Amino acid sequence: MSEEIIKAEGLTKVFNRHLTAVDHVNFSVKHGEIFGFLGPNGAGKTTTINMLITILKPTEGRASVLGFDVAKQDSNVRDVIGVVPQEYTADEDLTGLENVLLCADLYGIPRNIAKERAMELLKLVELTDFNDKKVQTYSGGMRRRLELACGLINRPKVLFLDEPTLGLDVQTRIATWDYIRKLKKEYGMTLFMTTHYLEEADALCDRVAIIDRGKIIVVGTPEELKHSLGGDLITLAIKENEDVSGLIQKVEHVKEVRKEDGAYRIKAEIGEITTPFIIEALRKKGYTVTKLSLTEPTLNEVYLEYTGKSIRDVEESREAFAAQRMTMRRARQ
Amino acid sequence: MSETNGNSKSKLHGIWALTNRELKKWYKAPVIFLLSIIQPVLWMGLLGKAMNIGALIPANIPGINPGAIMEQTLGTSDYFSFMAVGMIAFTALFTTMFSGMSVVWDRRLGFLNKALSTPVSRAVIIFSKVLSATLRSMFQAGIIIVIAVAFGLQFGATFTPLSILGVFAIMFLICVGLSSVFIAITIRSTRIETPMAVVSLINLPLMFASNAFFPTKFMPDWLQTIAQFNPLTYTTDAVRQLLIFNTNYTQLALDFAYVGIFAVIVAAIGIVLSWRFLSK
Repeated sequence: MSEEIIKAEGLTKVFNRHLTAVDHVNFSVKHGEIFGFLGPNGAGKTTTINMLITILKPTEGRASVLGFDVAKQDSNVRDVIGVVPQEYTADEDLTGLENVLLCADLYGIPRNIAKERAMELLKLVELTDFNDKKVQTYSGGMRRRLELACGLINRPKVLFLDEPTLGLDVQTRIATWDYIRKLKKEYGMTLFMTTHYLEEADALCDRVAIIDRGKIIVVGTPEELKHSLGGDLITLAIKENEDVSGLIQKVEHVKEVRKEDGAYRIKAEIGEITTPFIIEALRKKGYTVTKLSLTEPTLNEVYLEYTGKSIRDVEESREAFAAQRMTMRRARQ
Repeated sequence: MSETNGNSKSKLHGIWALTNRELKKWYKAPVIFLLSIIQPVLWMGLLGKAMNIGALIPANIPGINPGAIMEQTLGTSDYFSFMAVGMIAFTALFTTMFSGMSVVWDRRLGFLNKALSTPVSRAVIIFSKVLSATLRSMFQAGIIIVIAVAFGLQFGATFTPLSILGVFAIMFLICVGLSSVFIAITIRSTRIETPMAVVSLINLPLMFASNAFFPTKFMPDWLQTIAQFNPLTYTTDAVRQLLIFNTNYTQLALDFAYVGIFAVIVAAIGIVLSWRFLSK
């Protein structure tokens, strides 16, 4: 299905008349995909998500979720979406179950249905054994899973996740990804997420939009983005002291050859197929390959290529910074 | 996945859930709960018993009757009764002024944004704060009356159990008004220090520029004028009319009218301001 679940056209948010947080952004999210906004802190990811979930009103442009305009039909939007915020919003003094039931009340779900769903969701995120424990005893990963359960209580058709693994350690992060994939599979939902972790976008997202200073730089699947760089990077060295650049260049799919410090850096499409051909070509002429490495580009290189800088933190509001620090602190409890 | 969400919602859905969320923090934490009961007792004990104004009037001078003098100035011969009732307005002020703080916390912890992304109406989010502060103050007012009676509060001749309902009614009005003010003040601030500063700047002046501890008629003119506009003056007077004075029903009606109008206007302004801020 290629039904457009989320659509943004010229979406813009200007704060205090001069700070453009999101600048004429266009994108669409298809049914059943995980769409990721990748960018550094302060790039406009959270502002975009806040406009889509109707917390902020767009200054200009429009966006729709399941055909409902986020500015004019905001209450329709709120009914059909689920939100997992960046922060840990669960009440520490309440138990896990009580927190999920509180969320159910906010959606006006009758108690009997809410209890059934809450137990089902807590089972899904494997918190059944802890459902009557106070949240203050939960670890960061458990809290994140509880937030996921809360975000799903109204059976949303679209789930919004803002930095779903912020502050979690690597193992917990990978486990959280598994839960997110499971949710998508079990409920056939469309997911919109933001992240500033490159590996996360790569591992989890079907399509990624790289956003920087409020503008979308490029959109595509992680594979497409990596391939757009001109393929894989092969590095090799030979025993002989001759320049074989011309010879390598003739091999099919080789795009670029550069000799650096006695080694050849070769850009080639589909490196794992091209590499044997290069070795073969060299051996036919009697050269001996002494060193070889094949690296596929990561999103890190993609990011560097398109934004001209490594993913970095830019200045942002004190409030956003404080909120993020608080989330990270609580994640590590 | 079912097609319908099965949610049957009224415009006010979620109000009890959000109010109860606030109240739970209070009644589920025994220490906080206990402190909130002890606090008015301490104040009553300190102010009511330490400042025994009746003792300032020497009883051994012929022709001077301390009881009659007190009766004339305070409207009751017992300062403790006068002051204990003032404590009820005092509690309303102190409980509601912290209602703004929980808004700041909810913002910082992200709960406010979370609630804003659900179908709960913006007005319900604000009003749940108002309601929880109001219910807490009303509960404390009840405790104060019980304790004050135990400490020797002298009811007026016109007192009936129905008067207690009147006290709760006036408490409800003043608390709705005051907590709306404090929420409107704090909803914009992202740090807890700002509302703290505002609150500590205005709470004591508001308290002492009223008749809670001392009759306004002995105050200088300028202070009397301020006290005349201070809704706490009318709240306290209403509670005194109901509990310890021989009720003057015209005065009582005036008190209710003033506090009622204050509550409606201020709550309307507060909720509109907060609403506009929440849908920025």
